[in-house]
Amino acid sequence: MTNDEIRAFIENAIQENRVMLFMKGTPNQPACGFSARAAGALNALGVQYAALDILPDPRIREELSGVSGWPTIPQLFVDGELVGGSDIVIEMFESGELAELLDVEQPQAPAAEDPQPEPPRRPLGLENRLG
Amino acid sequence: MPSANELKERIEQALPGAHVSVDDLTGGGDHFRAEVVSDRFEGLSRIQQHKLIYDVFGAEVGGPIHALSIKTSTPGDGR
Repeated sequence: MTNDEIRAFIENAIQENRVMLFMKGTPNQPACGFSARAAGALNALGVQYAALDILPDPRIREELSGVSGWPTIPQLFVDGELVGGSDIVIEMFESGELAELLDVEQPQAPAAEDPQPEPPRRPLGLENRLG
Repeated sequence: MPSANELKERIEQALPGAHVSVDDLTGGGDHFRAEVVSDRFEGLSRIQQHKLIYDVFGAEVGGPIHALSIKTSTPGDGR
């Protein structure tokens, strides 16, 4: 897979999925605390989202940061636009702004501290195409 | 290896007048938390505010600085 193909895959994923999370690891097995918190916030809101593990190939992260202009992982996109990294996602989750953005009800007891990750309903598998 | 104090000074140089506190979260010199209060953030989105801080360190974020957690606010936010 060429860098251009990876970039095209990323851009397509951002356009095709209303809620798109790029993370280290998967929602079931996050490989970094920051990614775990971002996925946990989405899980707590019960929204459907797509997640892509950036770890299988270092070029995924390079191309993603080239597309977004954002240096760190995770990165959350909604409606094709970068919402932010884990700090912004958690801040917006706690303030209720994220629920508003995603048209869902804010849970009664925000539980971002110890999220129980649930699998996203539409996992993506870029790693499968990189062999 | 960068120190919390070095990060604080560099942010203060880039954003004169800002109130900056930086913690080394692990003591290992690679996971940091920065809280920045600056009137430069006035009228900017959160993304633009955080990018101002990331831009201070460029490619070091993701490199020697593995993680930089950021909280930004303006003096008028009162928080």
